[in-house]
Amino acid sequence: MAEEVKVFGLWGSPFSRRVDIALKLKGIDSEYHEEDLSNKSSLLIKYNPIHKKVPVLVHHDKPLAESQVILEYIDETWENYPILPKDPYERAKARFGARFIDDKCFPAIWKAYWSKDEREKAVEELIELLKFLENELNDNFFGGETVGLVDIVGSLIAHWLPALQEVAGVEILTEEKFPKLCRWTHEFVNHSVVKEVLPSREKLIALFRALLESTSS
Amino acid sequence: MNQEQQDNLQNAQEQGVRQKIARMDEVILLDFWVSMFGMRVRIALAEKGIKYEYKEEDLRNKSVLLLQMNPIHKKIPVLIHNGKPISESLIIVQYVDEVWNEKAPLLPSDPYQRAQARFWADFIDKKMYDAGRNVWTTKGEEQEAAKKEFLGNLKLLETELGNKPYFGGDSFGFVDIALIGFSCWFHAYETFGNFSIEAECPKLIAWAKRCMEKESVSKSLADEKKVYEFVSRMRNKLGIE
Repeated sequence: MAEEVKVFGLWGSPFSRRVDIALKLKGIDSEYHEEDLSNKSSLLIKYNPIHKKVPVLVHHDKPLAESQVILEYIDETWENYPILPKDPYERAKARFGARFIDDKCFPAIWKAYWSKDEREKAVEELIELLKFLENELNDNFFGGETVGLVDIVGSLIAHWLPALQEVAGVEILTEEKFPKLCRWTHEFVNHSVVKEVLPSREKLIALFRALLESTSS
Repeated sequence: MNQEQQDNLQNAQEQGVRQKIARMDEVILLDFWVSMFGMRVRIALAEKGIKYEYKEEDLRNKSVLLLQMNPIHKKIPVLIHNGKPISESLIIVQYVDEVWNEKAPLLPSDPYQRAQARFWADFIDKKMYDAGRNVWTTKGEEQEAAKKEFLGNLKLLETELGNKPYFGGDSFGFVDIALIGFSCWFHAYETFGNFSIEAECPKLIAWAKRCMEKESVSKSLADEKKVYEFVSRMRNKLGIE
């Protein structure tokens, strides 16, 4: 039976791409719909009336929103290549790490690179947050020997942050300060499956340059 | 019984014993009496019939234990299970559900229903606390806007509840646990916001009363008058008339 999986996303969104990474790791085919946020499709609004955001996963016509909710659903539905550990304590740690990245790191990255007044404070905060992640990393990936939930959510840091750093000329994630994290970044973006899904660095840099110019004018 | 059957039986028995030992254990909850997030964990533990030690934290003078167990956020609730800390209330509730899995399942068994439950719990986490806080910390136009947002969110939740007895359907579950702690704060929101939640969301108030009939809930929620007094003190401290 065909799995009938549809994904509504944005090529440049870290939240959106993580769904594609998870599906690809599990070898699940999906039909992808690129959204235009300035002109949201009627399907997107039908499938995610509460938040009207991407990503949205539709499986057998049943929609799901919120990237971390979608990732757990994917893991529970397709059991090959598990992205969450089996042990409840390790699962709690993985969920905590994923929430930490989205709730703390993402806003700090945003402020450090896009805001004018709160920049310095945000940079300091981001350094402290990255130190926590550096300490947590004791293997090839946060998931251990294989890519897991925290790595997938962490693609924000592995791929989007370096692109932002290049555009803004502000380097926070340095090898000197974060040797383990930098090595992980390299492992992750070069992972055979992940690299097929991540948007190209050049395209991201062009996107961020354009965004930066439009906000400063 | 052949050797393989004997081995399987022994493995099963050993696993059963291991699981029992994991459960004959030390469970500590670091909490603050008025926190709607802490209440979620109290309810989950009560639903599962787990004995635990409750430690009240003074949030103006956080204990060394709290700072050690939750160095990143320094917040309650924190569950400490045999010395291992788990933070973030919804993560704790899922952990409790997964470890003590032989009774009172808190999440649905179907993956899609489970995902929907997580979605709504996430919605509650994102929308309820700040909107509620804005209601009692602001005045005038700002407060009117806060009330509108707060009620808007409640109405969405009420629509999601529909005619079901609980968000979980026939049984009390994850989304009910995520939301019910806020109900003991309603009286404070209503008084300081000068509005009636029941007038706008009668089904939700009926749901809250239904939940309160459960011992796990009534024993875990703070008294709404005491919550009101607490909020009153906070407003004084913040200099809000």
